[in-house]
Amino acid sequence: MQLGRVIGDVVVTRKDETLMGITLLVVQPITPDREPAGRTLVAADAVGAGVGEIVFFVRGKEASFPFYPGLPPVDAGIVGIVDHWDMG
Amino acid sequence: MQIARVVGTVVATRKHRKFDGATLLLVQPLNLDETPRGVAVLAVDSVGAGVHEKVLVVLEGRAAGEALNRKAAPVDAAIVGIIDHVECDAD
Repeated sequence: MQLGRVIGDVVVTRKDETLMGITLLVVQPITPDREPAGRTLVAADAVGAGVGEIVFFVRGKEASFPFYPGLPPVDAGIVGIVDHWDMG
Repeated sequence: MQIARVVGTVVATRKHRKFDGATLLLVQPLNLDETPRGVAVLAVDSVGAGVHEKVLVVLEGRAAGEALNRKAAPVDAAIVGIIDHVECDAD
């Protein structure tokens, strides 16, 4: 998983049926220093995250697991909202 | 699998239920010379690793889910071992 900041949402009216009801958010991956790390991506939201929040997201088909038995064609999914992290 | 160092701990109250009770650690993948490679990622810990320890990490969904021992867990990274040492001829 990776840390990211939710920076927007995506509205898609015409889409795969299995994506119905799933919120799609724009995520900027970040480093533990809160610096942007690589390209932004669109992720399916499984935890009710909102714009501005720091989250962690999973990549790959595992992103669809929270929507079981639905099998939405997603390759990234937000699976947690981060309270804080501590560097050793 | 990748060699990585545990660099931090993560607290997340609101998370998918499959993460309940799991420990989330920030791990920095390393090159063989121990320089950082890429961005630090979050991994679930299945072996009781601690900050500063060098660990073996799987960065793939099915393996990570098996390490967590939970079916259909939305995870893509897990710590599966604590490294004692690495011996390698290539410098």
